[in-house]
Amino acid sequence: MQGFRYLDDTAILRLSEDKCIGCGNCQLVCPHRIFQVRDGKAKIVDLNACMECGACAKNCPTAAIYVNPDDGCGCASYIINSWVARIRGKAPSRCGC
Amino acid sequence: MRDKLGTIGARTGFFRNNYKITPGLYCIGEPSTTSPVVVTANYKLSFDTLRQGLVGVNAWLLVIDTRGINVWCAAGKGTFSAEEIAYQVHKANLDQIVTHREVLLPQLSANGVAAHELKKLCGFRGRFGPILAADLPKFLQAGEADEDMRTVTFTLRERAVLIPLEICMLWKQLSVVALIIFILSGISPDFFSPTLAFNRGILLVFATLTAMFAGAVATPLLLPWLPFRQFWLKGAIMGSLASLLLLFIGWQSLGDIEKIAICLWTISSSAYLAMNFTGSTPFTSLSGVAKEMRNGLIFQIGSAILALIFWIAGPFV
Repeated sequence: MQGFRYLDDTAILRLSEDKCIGCGNCQLVCPHRIFQVRDGKAKIVDLNACMECGACAKNCPTAAIYVNPDDGCGCASYIINSWVARIRGKAPSRCGC
Repeated sequence: MRDKLGTIGARTGFFRNNYKITPGLYCIGEPSTTSPVVVTANYKLSFDTLRQGLVGVNAWLLVIDTRGINVWCAAGKGTFSAEEIAYQVHKANLDQIVTHREVLLPQLSANGVAAHELKKLCGFRGRFGPILAADLPKFLQAGEADEDMRTVTFTLRERAVLIPLEICMLWKQLSVVALIIFILSGISPDFFSPTLAFNRGILLVFATLTAMFAGAVATPLLLPWLPFRQFWLKGAIMGSLASLLLLFIGWQSLGDIEKIAICLWTISSSAYLAMNFTGSTPFTSLSGVAKEMRNGLIFQIGSAILALIFWIAGPFV
């Protein structure tokens, strides 16, 4: 992903070392290669490359990883819809993509 | 030929939601009981890419029902899931067709499929293959994916194919905006002038089209080379260049206040469209997009309103 960096210190991604069993699933599935298993534990080596896709958390057998759960769709219309919905106190409508 | 037309259709958004493949088991080449089983979404472009990537390979293709949505988005929305794969595995009687007990999943389905749960659900182990279908033959030969195959890319070509859809999804918004522009452009000291509405309206609509080009074509293409990380700022830069171009190619007939209006309008529209492109990239996080939208939207709405006020004021000064 050279040449493409998004906003630093923004992505919500947490890894609990206590729960981690070092299986390496996160390292395998991450499309931005931000995990590395060292000495039997996964480490986040490039937090700012995270796009919050959630693949690591989904494939973690011990639920050691937490990713921004507000998945839906990563598009701007979805975010606008969800803001409007929050103001109106309704469930967000689909963005159409 | 019809297939090619279909691809153009899927890429431009005509009947976009109707590019579905019937779910089920398909053959590629002449698969046997030991051939690999590759799972994919029932979106036409996913299916086609896989077929093309697997030329010369004998394999089974298990198409699951993602309602015509591609692998990554379907996984994000929860339709490309372990449950759906298990359902299709049972429905196709896969355990009677192959002797092994493994299905290959696209790596980008990992945000929807917990591979370790699949075995419990259907008896088949899930194994993540490479990101790109084109890498599958190499993966099958080597038995594993290297780092390159597991890293997502966003090349010029990959960005370019997204542009037609970005543009085509805007027609509805554009026609509403154009209507409003024509009405506002006609407001004059004599209440309303149809001549002004047309003559001035066409200029602002042209500026809007230029902004579309700047924000939804030029910005995606030049993405890695434009300064700033927030997309709306990248779009604002391209919008500024576009508005300079507009002023340069003439518009002598316009007053100063209208020139400012044109610039503000072009910059804010381009910034908005560039911000919208975040949803099409494979590296922007939702938290990041929400963060840049908090700044970006204020600028875009503020500057668009200012632009319209200046534009309406044009005939009065």
